[in-house]
Amino acid sequence: MLLDLGIVFGRVAFVMMFMLNLGGILTWVERKQSAIMQDRIGANRASIFGFRVMGLLHPLADAIKMLTKEDFRPARADRFLFSLAPFVSVFFALVAFASIPFGDTLRVGDRVIPLQAVTLNVGVLYVFAMLSLGVYGVMMAGWSSANNFALLGAQRAAALMITAEIAIGASIMGVVMVYGSLNLQDIARAQGNALFPQWLGQWVPAWGVLTQPLGFILFLTAGIAATKRIPFDMPEGESEIIGYFVEYSGMKFGMFAMADFLETVVIAGMTTALFLGGWQVPYLMADGFHFPWGAVATLPQPAVAVLQVGSFVVKVCVVIFFMMLIRWTLPRFRYDQAMRLGWLGLFPLSILNIVLTGVLLLLLGGRA
Amino acid sequence: MAEPVRRDFMLGEGAGTGSGGQQNLHVGVGPAHPAMHGIIRIQTEIDGEFIRKADVEIGYLHRAFEKDCEVGGYNNAIPYTDRLNYVSPLINNFAYAAAVEKLLGIEVTERCKFIRTVMSEISRVCDHLTCVGASAMELGAFTVFLYMIKAREYLWELVEDVTGARLTISYGRVGGVKADLPDGFAAKMTTAFKETREVLDEVHRLLTGNRIFMDRMVGVGVLSREETIGYAITGPLLRAAGVGYDVRRAQPHWAYDRVQWEVPTQKDGDNYSRYLVRMAEMEQSMRIAEQALAMMPGGAINVDFEGRPIDPAAYVDQGKQGKTEGLLLVPITLSPNLQGQNRAAWNQVNAHDKRVVLPPKETTYGSIEGLMNHFMLIMEGYGIRPPLGEAYFATEGANGELGFYVVSDGTDRPYRVRCRPPCLPPLAALHRMIEGEQIADLIPTFGSVNMIGGELDR
Repeated sequence: MLLDLGIVFGRVAFVMMFMLNLGGILTWVERKQSAIMQDRIGANRASIFGFRVMGLLHPLADAIKMLTKEDFRPARADRFLFSLAPFVSVFFALVAFASIPFGDTLRVGDRVIPLQAVTLNVGVLYVFAMLSLGVYGVMMAGWSSANNFALLGAQRAAALMITAEIAIGASIMGVVMVYGSLNLQDIARAQGNALFPQWLGQWVPAWGVLTQPLGFILFLTAGIAATKRIPFDMPEGESEIIGYFVEYSGMKFGMFAMADFLETVVIAGMTTALFLGGWQVPYLMADGFHFPWGAVATLPQPAVAVLQVGSFVVKVCVVIFFMMLIRWTLPRFRYDQAMRLGWLGLFPLSILNIVLTGVLLLLLGGRA
Repeated sequence: MAEPVRRDFMLGEGAGTGSGGQQNLHVGVGPAHPAMHGIIRIQTEIDGEFIRKADVEIGYLHRAFEKDCEVGGYNNAIPYTDRLNYVSPLINNFAYAAAVEKLLGIEVTERCKFIRTVMSEISRVCDHLTCVGASAMELGAFTVFLYMIKAREYLWELVEDVTGARLTISYGRVGGVKADLPDGFAAKMTTAFKETREVLDEVHRLLTGNRIFMDRMVGVGVLSREETIGYAITGPLLRAAGVGYDVRRAQPHWAYDRVQWEVPTQKDGDNYSRYLVRMAEMEQSMRIAEQALAMMPGGAINVDFEGRPIDPAAYVDQGKQGKTEGLLLVPITLSPNLQGQNRAAWNQVNAHDKRVVLPPKETTYGSIEGLMNHFMLIMEGYGIRPPLGEAYFATEGANGELGFYVVSDGTDRPYRVRCRPPCLPPLAALHRMIEGEQIADLIPTFGSVNMIGGELDR
């Protein structure tokens, strides 16, 4: 009993630590990656006893700075909502990751531990519910700050979130249809099967990006919109309306920044789970590698689990890298342009994708 | 508890009167707003995302430039002009100096004309780089901004080589320039231009066809050809509206009529046209600078004196002891700060007019005439004394016609100095460009105007 509790706690703790640490490191990645892209050196000054570790101590220094800064609250602000808003933002971004599987199962003795914080059979819906709820933090912040710029930002965030969520929801329907489940673990598992075994043999795994190429592009676009980062950063729009967090300072501001990074991680995690095979390593089965040319390399179960978790982490990092690349390359959409893209571009295309997927499934007779 | 107060605050004047009708939100953009480079305030009335009314308020950076100029001698105003358009201060320097020269009726030397042309064009490229980069940054493309600032850095290193400073350069002088170009300038300029061209090419690839960028810029902030002319707007904004007017072409001065170049124009008068005009102008400016440098007379300084250079103190001693025979032919070792100011260089870049231009150091130290000449120009109450009269001289600043109007009452101080800032007319028309557009369009439009606070508010 106590052991079961401990295992559940461990799973949750792993996801929490993964999210929080990755979120923290992302501030460093953002600085360093942008610096490399822009021919700069990037943050490298923070040091402990002269050790600079390529600026890796900056997230730590930032945290200390933010915690010790004055926690400013405008006189006209709504005291309760103003303080609550950043917590709402961070909380929902943090819990959203819970149902994303980071590995298959780990067998210790006769125990089978699912590598997922929460096993939900509607995991896809859960993630999006949490992501959508996160926007309440933004709206609260915008409204309670009693600042016109913040209000505009909140308004934009609400509109953007609806646009993005609808497009996200519609674009993953194709995936759900192909793999026949709303459970993220099942979807990840199904992506280990071979794609068109009758024609391609065991060579190509049925990853979502291959079965749903259009869905992948639509989802990633809408996902970036959901993270409220460039090119969809109109709620922030630092040069236009400064953003919904214009009145925030100190750690509360830091929490909003953190929430953006966490959302990036969640979207990257979802992209991985739905389209990049989740924790799958090509040709790795539960008992080791089964290569399509017939070779077999048996591995102990814990090693398989470690490989799977590692594969998941690497994939998430690659997707984050790609999202950062976009963030530092493109200019920002205008409010109405993002709306037009969402409602007249992403949404109809997602519907088209659903129809196409349905027709193809019918023609091919069943699932991939 | 704060309910009624907040309503007043959010809705602006007339809120809370219970009228219940539709009201616009008042948003004051600036003076402390990240995109209001320089200091300016745009009081907007917005309906949703659309700007219904905009009121542009200027004057936050007023520091009495014109009045300050009346206080000192004619050359004392040069450092003030640095602070007008602080992104391309060299053009201001030269334009002011040229206005005073026109008043005096003197002609600068050929080499000086070419130096002014080259340095003006380098400054223009710096200015356009800053403007386009900043506009891109305000649209969210931060990388483009840093690329362009990198290119500007190469050019600023050139400016630093020539003038000894990066921003407050004070390089122009009435009757010439401070010093000749340093050794190896041509090679450095070639390298810097090569780097700049690479950056421009990169930016073209990043922005010019970029769907998002085009959506944000095409058809935004439009000012018609008629209105542009009506508001007396010059520079890239006018050329973007389809009028090929350029002061360098219309009233050729310095070396602009001796080099091959084009005046790029566009038709639409929107932000995208302004961007394209600026991008094309940078290439033209580099063309002008390259040609002018190649055509510059007396490239290397001719060593027309004998013997080894001697120490200035020893030089003065010899003069005092009356050992002046041949002394004026001996060069002196100048401090590195005075590079390009030895007699040969000095005479090439400065007008030969004792009323205006200080004698070279050798002459000052080595002859009584030189010493007297020096003091006549330096002493309080003496100095440059143009004849009674007035003169207006305009050159093409980075943002348009930059003119100086100088009035002399015959004393050593200007009676009046008036600057025609290229930024002012577009700012008067700014509300026409942004009303009816969205609040997000305010920023790129304001960026495309390239307002420089120092020049606007003087």
